[in-house]
Amino acid sequence: MITFENVHKAYGSHEVLKGIDAEIGKGKVVCLIGPSGSGKSTLLRCVNGLETYQQGRIAINGEPVDATSSTIHAVRTKVSMVFQRFNLFPHRTALENVMEGPIHVLGEDRQAARQRAEDLLTRVGLAEKIGAYPASLSGGQQQRVAIARALAMRPEAILFDEPTSALDPEMVGEVLQVMRSLAEEHMTMLVVTHEIQFAREVADNVLFLDGGRIVEQGPAAEVLRNPQHERTQDFLRRVTHPV
Amino acid sequence: MNKFLSQSAEYLPFLLSGVWLTIAVTVLSLTLATGLGLFWALCRTSGIRALATPVRLLVEFIRGIPILVILFYIYFVMPEIGLDLTAFQAGVIGLALTYSCYIGETFRAGIEAVDRGQVEAAKSIGMRQGLMMRRVVLPQAFRIVVPPYTNNIVMLLKDSSQVSVISVAELTMQGKMLASSTFNNLTVFTLVALLYLCLTLPLNFVMRRVEVAMGKAR
Repeated sequence: MITFENVHKAYGSHEVLKGIDAEIGKGKVVCLIGPSGSGKSTLLRCVNGLETYQQGRIAINGEPVDATSSTIHAVRTKVSMVFQRFNLFPHRTALENVMEGPIHVLGEDRQAARQRAEDLLTRVGLAEKIGAYPASLSGGQQQRVAIARALAMRPEAILFDEPTSALDPEMVGEVLQVMRSLAEEHMTMLVVTHEIQFAREVADNVLFLDGGRIVEQGPAAEVLRNPQHERTQDFLRRVTHPV
Repeated sequence: MNKFLSQSAEYLPFLLSGVWLTIAVTVLSLTLATGLGLFWALCRTSGIRALATPVRLLVEFIRGIPILVILFYIYFVMPEIGLDLTAFQAGVIGLALTYSCYIGETFRAGIEAVDRGQVEAAKSIGMRQGLMMRRVVLPQAFRIVVPPYTNNIVMLLKDSSQVSVISVAELTMQGKMLASSTFNNLTVFTLVALLYLCLTLPLNFVMRRVEVAMGKAR
C-alpha cells in the first residue's frame, strides 16, 4: 500500500536518508526501530509530506507523494498521523478535536460527525471526557484523543511517530492497548517506536534503520528474536537490557 | 480646590467635545489598523516571498518615520498630488497606517509563537493554509496577542493626541485652546490628563478580564 523506492533526503550536506526501499502491505503493522538520528521519524514524516525528500519515490496505492504539490492535501486525508507530543488543538474540546477534520476538511454533516466522534472517543475509552479541554487530560488520555482524531478521517493508514515516548510509564499501556486493537482490525499502521515488546507482539514486519539506511527488515519475530546484522543485535541488546 | 472644581465644571463640556473626537479618531483608526495589520501579518507569515518582502519593507519604512511627519505628509503633501483630505480624515489615515505596522508586527509575533506541532497537526488532517490559519493558528495567536495588542490600543489612544498638530479638535487640541484663552494651565491640563486616564485605565481593566476569560479555555 505504501512503497518506498530509493528514497534520499538531506538537510544541506547532511544526508538523513540514504536510499530507503520498503513496502508496507495493506492491513499490515510495520514498526520502524533504530537509534535516534537514524532517520526513522524523518522517513515517517515524508509519507504524509511533512518533510520533503529529494530523490526516489514514495507512493501510496501507486499515487506518488509530493509535498510541494497540491495533491498532498488529498494524501493527508488518506494517511493520518499521531504525534509524539499529541498536538491536540488546545482551544477545542476532545470532541471538537475529533470532529474538526471530518467537518471542515471532509465536509461531513455536523450531526453525523458528532455522533461518530462520540463513538470514536468511546472506543478509545474516553466517553466521559468528550467535553474536556486537552490541558485537563493526562498524556495518555490526550494521545488517545489524538488517535481518535486520526481515525475520524477514515484513513487508509495511520502513521505513529513515537506515540508513547512523551508519556509517563504508567500511561504507555493504555495507548498501546488502543493501537493493539487497531492492529486486530487490520488497520495499516507504520509505527516509529522504542517499544520492542509492542513490536514483537503486534508488528507484522520490522524495519531496523541506522544511519539513514535500512539495515535489516523482515517479519517481526525473526528480526527481533534472531537479528542477523551486528548493528541490530547491538541495538536490541541495549534497548532490552539497558543496564 | 474649590476653584479647581468650579473651573472644571465650566471647562468640562468644552473638553468633552474633544473627548468624543479622540474616541472617534481612536476607534476608526484602530479598526483600520487592526484589519490592515492582520493583512500585513498574514502576508509576512504566508511563506510567499512576493508578498512577504514588500510588506516587510513597507513596515520597516513606516516604523522608521515619526507619526508627526506622516501626519504632515498626508495632510499637506497629498493635496499637492490632488488628494484633498479633511484634517480628520488625514489624521485617521495617518494613525491607521502607522499603527497597522505596529499591530501587524504584534500579530506576526503571535502567529509565529503558535507551536509548530499545531501546524503539523492541522496539515496532517489535510487542512490547507487558509483553513489552518482560520481554525487552528489564528485562534491561538489571538490569545497570545491579547496583552501586547492591548498595549497597542493604549498607545494608539495616546498617540491620537498627535493629530492635534493638523488641527483636529480632539482632547489635546481643545485643552491647548482652552489653556491659551483662559491662562488656567494647571486646571486645564490636569483635566486633560485625567480625561485620558479615564479612557486608558478602563481599557487595561477590560483587557485583563478578556485575558482571564480566554485563558480558561486552555
